[in-house]
Amino acid sequence: MMKVIETTTIKTPYLKLNRRQQTIISIILSASFLLMIILGGIFSSNEKIQTYLEMRNLSPSLQHIFGTDWLGRDMFVRTLKGLTLSLGVGMLASASSVIIAVVLGMAAATMGRKVDTFISWLVDLFLSVPHLVALILIAFALGGGIRGVVLGVTLTHWPSLTRVIRAEVMQLRSSEFVEISRQFGKSSWWIATRHILPHLVPQFFVGLVLLFPHAVLHEAAITFLGFGLSPHQPAIGIILSESMRYLSTGMWWLAFFPGLSLLVMVRAFDILGENLCTLMDPYRGHE
Amino acid sequence: MLLKGENIGFRYGKGPWVLKERDITVESGEIVGIMGPSGCGKTTLGRILAGYEKPHEGRVILNEAPLPKKGYNPVQLVFQHPEKAVNGRWHMKDTLNEGWEPNDEVLEALGIEKAWLKRWPNELSGGELQRFCVARALGLQTRFLVADEMTTMLDAITQAQIWHVVLDVAKKQDIGIIVVSHEKHLINRLCDRVIDLSPVKVS
Ligand SMILES: Nc1ncnc2c1ncn2[C@@H]1O[C@H](COP(=O)(O)OP(=O)(O)O)[C@@H](O)[C@H]1O
Ligand SMILES: [Mg+2]
Repeated sequence: MMKVIETTTIKTPYLKLNRRQQTIISIILSASFLLMIILGGIFSSNEKIQTYLEMRNLSPSLQHIFGTDWLGRDMFVRTLKGLTLSLGVGMLASASSVIIAVVLGMAAATMGRKVDTFISWLVDLFLSVPHLVALILIAFALGGGIRGVVLGVTLTHWPSLTRVIRAEVMQLRSSEFVEISRQFGKSSWWIATRHILPHLVPQFFVGLVLLFPHAVLHEAAITFLGFGLSPHQPAIGIILSESMRYLSTGMWWLAFFPGLSLLVMVRAFDILGENLCTLMDPYRGHE
Repeated sequence: MLLKGENIGFRYGKGPWVLKERDITVESGEIVGIMGPSGCGKTTLGRILAGYEKPHEGRVILNEAPLPKKGYNPVQLVFQHPEKAVNGRWHMKDTLNEGWEPNDEVLEALGIEKAWLKRWPNELSGGELQRFCVARALGLQTRFLVADEMTTMLDAITQAQIWHVVLDVAKKQDIGIIVVSHEKHLINRLCDRVIDLSPVKVS
């Protein structure tokens, strides 16, 4: 392996990096981007998002790169705070969906027929209801707020991943190394945690990566529609829905930058996740 | 100790009977070959004897009793493809020690190098991996070993080395061996007795 690295780096010393180096660089870039958002969101002072009526409705400039809104608040700082909140909500919601999916997928594949039938039925049930409708109902029933949004996103997003994981566990369960482990007298629990779970690590992260954009965008969507986070919270969805009222007056920057930043952040997370998977998978990592 | 398959019948799903009214006995310390062309049911019989598969007819008996359902199975099986028989996400050391902790003597005899223990399975060749699988199966509680085409894909020297060790350990621990192979030479060289599965009379 060392040889390969050497030859590729010697041939084109600066431009072309090998796959592993590319992976690591992508990880570092996207991770630091996300970290900057989080740090920026947490540490930027609240001073800039106070009302400054004399600085109302400014279009983007060097001082306010995302412009200011109708109350003179700096849109860049508002966006940062909104992104941080979205990131947190998205992470929480996608992580809990993935955990549910792993637990149920494992249970369906290892705990016998009845459990399997029941879980498959649950999956079908949840899949048959459109996401956004179920999401709004759940968030509404829980009275909105962060708890409502996180639970809503969690409860609507576990089923498809559960299916994938169940199939994967089924296949692993009949693999020879698991059969051998059984002949050594290992318990089902031991096999599930030691043999099967490590193989689900990529699924776990792929799941996170796939669900995160959904979680973030759905959060923004239901907040935008007024069923999610409360207007006092600095959420992107809130910013977008408020900005809608001002769009017709030509203040394009109010919605444009926050919306674009949201998409960019989601993409950065995507890149991070994808590359982490590549790096961690021993089958691919050693190529 | 006696491993006995009595009147064994087996089919996959609703397919044709792969085995029918098959009897087989192996004693401790004995080396018995199971021979026959590809697809005649050698692997299936091996899996049944090692308790991987339940026969639809007949039964497998170890020392007057059915195979134990729990705990270490005294009838161990070594598969043909070692890369499928080890967990790709485990270091070789963990794989090696899953059933018991083989002593250095066995490892050395099998030519397992200390440095290999820290590697992942995909960093070893098939022959190197198979040595681990063999060592893993030769635990002190193992009474019978089913070797299903265990060395078929290995070169002659590795093949000889592995069999040399297996026979040696088997003698010391009084293990009975069932050699499943389509190679006549190997079977004739190793075995005290041969069971030929080739003529399939059942329609
Ligand atoms: N999992 C399976 N499902 C269905 N048929 C199988 C399966 N495994 C083996 N068979 C069939 O059973 C027969 C015997 O297979 P096998 O015991 O593997 O033969 P051998 O090891 O002698 O080559 C073959 O005809 C094969 O196609
Ligand atoms: Mg076979």
